[in-house]
Amino acid sequence: MNVSIGWISALLGRAVDPDDAAARLTMLGAPVESVERIHHDLEGVVIALVESVERHPDADRLTVCRVHDGTVTRDVVCGATNVVAGRKYPYAPVDTVLPGGFKLEARKIRGVLSNGMLCSPRELGLGEDHEGIMELETDAAPGTPFLEALPVADVRLEVEVTANRPDLLCHKGVARELAAVYAVPVKLPPIPNAPDDIAAPRRVTKKGTVGGIEVVIDDVDGCPRYMAAVVRGVRIGPSPDWLQARLRSVGARPINNVVDATNYVLHELNQPMHAFDLKLLGGAKIVVRRAVAGERVVTLDGEARDLTADMTMICDAKQVTAIAGVMGGAESEVTERTTDVLLECAYFDPKRIRTTRQALKMSTEASYRFERGIDIEGMPDALRRAIALIRAVAGGQEPEPALDVYPKPRKQKSVFVRPSRVAHLLGVPLSRDEIEASLVRLGFPVAPKDDRLHVQIPGWRPDVTREVDLIEEVARLRGYDSFPSESRPLRPSVVPTDPNVARQARLERAFTGLGLYQARSLSLTGSGGSDAFRVQNPLSAEDAYLRRDLLSGLTRSVERNWAVRERDVRLFEIGTVFRDTGGPLPEETTRVAAVVTGARVPAHWTGSGKAPDFDRWDIKALFETAVRSICPEGTIESTADGWKFTETDGTVRGWAGALEADRPAWAAVLFGFELETGDAAPPATTFVPLPTTPPVERDLALVLPPGVTAAAVEGVIRDAAGALLAELAVFDEYRGSEMAGRSVAWRLVFRAPDRTLRDTEADTALAKVLASLKERLGVERREA
Amino acid sequence: MTTPPHAQEELDLIAQTVDRVSTADAAVLAELRTEVLGRKAGKLTLILRSLGSLPPEQRRLLGARANQIKQALETAIAERERVLQDDTRRTVDVDGTMPARHAWRGARHPVLAVVDEICEIFKELGFTRVSGPEAETEDYNFTKLNMPLDHPAADEHDTFYLGPGALLRTHTSPVQARVMEQYQPPIRIVVPGRVYRRDAFDPSHSPVFEQIEGLAVDEGISFVDFKAGIDYFVKRFFSPDTVVRFRPSFFPFTEPSAEVDVQCQMCKGSGCATCKQTGYLEIMGAGMVHPAVFENCGIDPERYTGYAFGMGPDRITMLRHGIPDIRLLFENDMRFLSQFVS
Repeated sequence: MNVSIGWISALLGRAVDPDDAAARLTMLGAPVESVERIHHDLEGVVIALVESVERHPDADRLTVCRVHDGTVTRDVVCGATNVVAGRKYPYAPVDTVLPGGFKLEARKIRGVLSNGMLCSPRELGLGEDHEGIMELETDAAPGTPFLEALPVADVRLEVEVTANRPDLLCHKGVARELAAVYAVPVKLPPIPNAPDDIAAPRRVTKKGTVGGIEVVIDDVDGCPRYMAAVVRGVRIGPSPDWLQARLRSVGARPINNVVDATNYVLHELNQPMHAFDLKLLGGAKIVVRRAVAGERVVTLDGEARDLTADMTMICDAKQVTAIAGVMGGAESEVTERTTDVLLECAYFDPKRIRTTRQALKMSTEASYRFERGIDIEGMPDALRRAIALIRAVAGGQEPEPALDVYPKPRKQKSVFVRPSRVAHLLGVPLSRDEIEASLVRLGFPVAPKDDRLHVQIPGWRPDVTREVDLIEEVARLRGYDSFPSESRPLRPSVVPTDPNVARQARLERAFTGLGLYQARSLSLTGSGGSDAFRVQNPLSAEDAYLRRDLLSGLTRSVERNWAVRERDVRLFEIGTVFRDTGGPLPEETTRVAAVVTGARVPAHWTGSGKAPDFDRWDIKALFETAVRSICPEGTIESTADGWKFTETDGTVRGWAGALEADRPAWAAVLFGFELETGDAAPPATTFVPLPTTPPVERDLALVLPPGVTAAAVEGVIRDAAGALLAELAVFDEYRGSEMAGRSVAWRLVFRAPDRTLRDTEADTALAKVLASLKERLGVERREA
Repeated sequence: MTTPPHAQEELDLIAQTVDRVSTADAAVLAELRTEVLGRKAGKLTLILRSLGSLPPEQRRLLGARANQIKQALETAIAERERVLQDDTRRTVDVDGTMPARHAWRGARHPVLAVVDEICEIFKELGFTRVSGPEAETEDYNFTKLNMPLDHPAADEHDTFYLGPGALLRTHTSPVQARVMEQYQPPIRIVVPGRVYRRDAFDPSHSPVFEQIEGLAVDEGISFVDFKAGIDYFVKRFFSPDTVVRFRPSFFPFTEPSAEVDVQCQMCKGSGCATCKQTGYLEIMGAGMVHPAVFENCGIDPERYTGYAFGMGPDRITMLRHGIPDIRLLFENDMRFLSQFVS
């Protein structure tokens, strides 16, 4: 919302400092995003009287003007054709810097010295016209600064208005806020040449006529109040300078005097209005009704719009002329030929406008305001202001007072406030008087009622519906920064911490400790899979599905790293994946995944700058780390392409192995794993007494025939060795052409917890192991 | 072989060489060793060898002395050799400026580290950490939070829909409602999590980002407690001298509502590009829980009051580290992530 400080000053009847106003509004809840000085760059321009206009001796299209600037008269060469002797124009003398940074110099044009320039509206930044010099209707004496004669210099605040405050979408509303802090009244500025005899609109309940036009509200839900006025005999033309300046000050483009008048009222009072050319209305009738499905209308922007029965329309006797509260129709638009206008001043239901403009995929100044709720009580004043303004700037007469169709007048809203509740919620003692005074200053009439305050809610504050809203008003005016910030005793939360937090923290510690970086990928992807959940309204095909797994995203991240020639990539991610299980919402599961590729350790000069790459045994280790962290009793199984983790109920919860990827020739193999984090509790660690007796070690190299796994061998060894076996570990594997299968070597550590074990006892155990291995697996000791 | 004429004096001289050992360098040490202990012509070796021809009395006396000296000398030489060897390792052969042998170092994602840091600070104020589903219903995401879809305030939440009434949560606030339906106060929770807005991926927007919601509900929690809680967090997270500003604002689920600004960390309030010349940076939306939200969740709004807040760890991380583009927080570029090793 653009706010003109000049306009606000006029409403408050005093000069307002822009920076102070900006700071106050920000701290009242309407943050000011910028403070822009406009047209201050016209300071050097003055009013000059053109004494004579003669043809340039050497150029047909140029004239030489004798220009009097109040002190001296100079020659100025001019290319425009509209300059007339005896009239006044904006004149930029030599050395003036015009908008855009153009500095004027005295220079010869076709042999005639030109001293400065007579300016067009565009050169002054005051319009589009570049053909003619700007014509001025002014009594100001030559030499008067242009900005004094035409007060276009202003300061524009860009104010962010929250969705609950439609009242701040106009100057009167912003002025009200400032009036509350400056403690001054708000008064509408007088309109030059305006009649002061505009009658109050005539209230009717269902229908009525104005200027011979019958007005009927058929759709009272969509349009609770509709006011219309007829002004005959207007002369359409440009608005006076002051009105154009006002509109420009808020960034609006002047169009013609009637349209400008309605726009002025929009920006001053937040009342959108529409002016119809009375002669272009089909029949002497206005009907406000629901659209019929299949109806169409061509709106002012030239677009044909398809209507539905959920929309409210303004119709004449024959057809739809406007989409209520959104946009007028092209048929009855005000043009240069218009002489009689019908002025519409209505209240449309916010929800109706919202669904309509959403369905039509359009938003206008009017719909934006109706959607947030305009001041239904302020309509009669807004309409009278508009009529006065039109008559002042475009002439014309009202044949009879305006019509006000208001089938079910709304009751004045009011809310009770308990001063004790105000103090309770805000945490500071606040007197009843202080509360009352704050509310009154903000425009809420207050009357005492037992130990409460009875507060009337003005029509411009549709957001205020209950006590707490008024408590906010009190706090807001007092200033949030005025409240202390002191800690008071508190009770601990009854809500337990999510156990996932600790589970994820364990994984995060483990993997960052192992040299992996925590990744974070978007959870929307382009590829589905049969049970991927689809987003109904994706931004593009690339994010049409919720991710089904983490490894796909991590693989893409690795490819991106490869693309910037990063060979060593180590990432892990913990996040939610989604699955379509046929229900309205996807099933959500938390998973952990990791990918590694490239050097297993940083290359070091002691190893001649070479380090081995990650291999399958590294990813198995990472996978085991994750499985142990989330399911201490869990074991992983070897599969054809890697490993998997299966829970006791048989469901596969995780997988590890080599990954397919778009891999450059220089990159290493990519390995990864992914695992559901599940809901297991962290393991409780029980202390095991440290051994006090010496161990006896035995190495055992075995020949494993094809098909016999290390896990199977270990099972038999443990079984056969009994309680004396304290540790068991593979330390070598050998494959040679001379043997079928392979040789795997284990180190066995025997220990008796209560005594020193004798060698013979270890040997006896070993013999049992060998016997058992031969019998159960056909595994024998490798011959030296 | 005869007894040296003055064996006693000779031994006295040899004993003195022990003192020279402690300052000898490697060459001198080798010389000394040969001179005194040399197997063929070492002075002490010769004396010891000659002992056999002496009368028993003299042999015993001289022998004891000679062996004592030999032992002392050998100990001193061994000690000196050790010292010299250490010196050699330090100063002669090894260049200590050569690079060390490191293991790979990993790191938390900067945004998720910030999330943890924020939650830890609120833990000091008695807040527990909870979570909720990312796929939600309109009811929890909007309606229960006093945020009807037919109100323009809903426009700020451009939503990804999953089906009729089903969506990807646009904020972590639905968890407020879920927790309040399940527990009666005192409730103090922080809720970090992923949220979704239908925004194209560009330098300052991401369709997916992190949010942290907070909620404190109990008897007698007032606006003053709210300010104190937020103030405590800001000063702990940024620095004790951080200037905090509370500004009225509008959120459907809080009343009174506030936007919390901190003085710009870049320019210290004088105005710069980061804070768009305002001197302040918005870091969270907050306020007193709206009584309608309590009513929707089965909590008595007359008996209980409370405050709620929401903030964006992505933005806070970007401010803290001077990261210009939010997409860097999702690309998992090793050159980026490795900058956050702590």
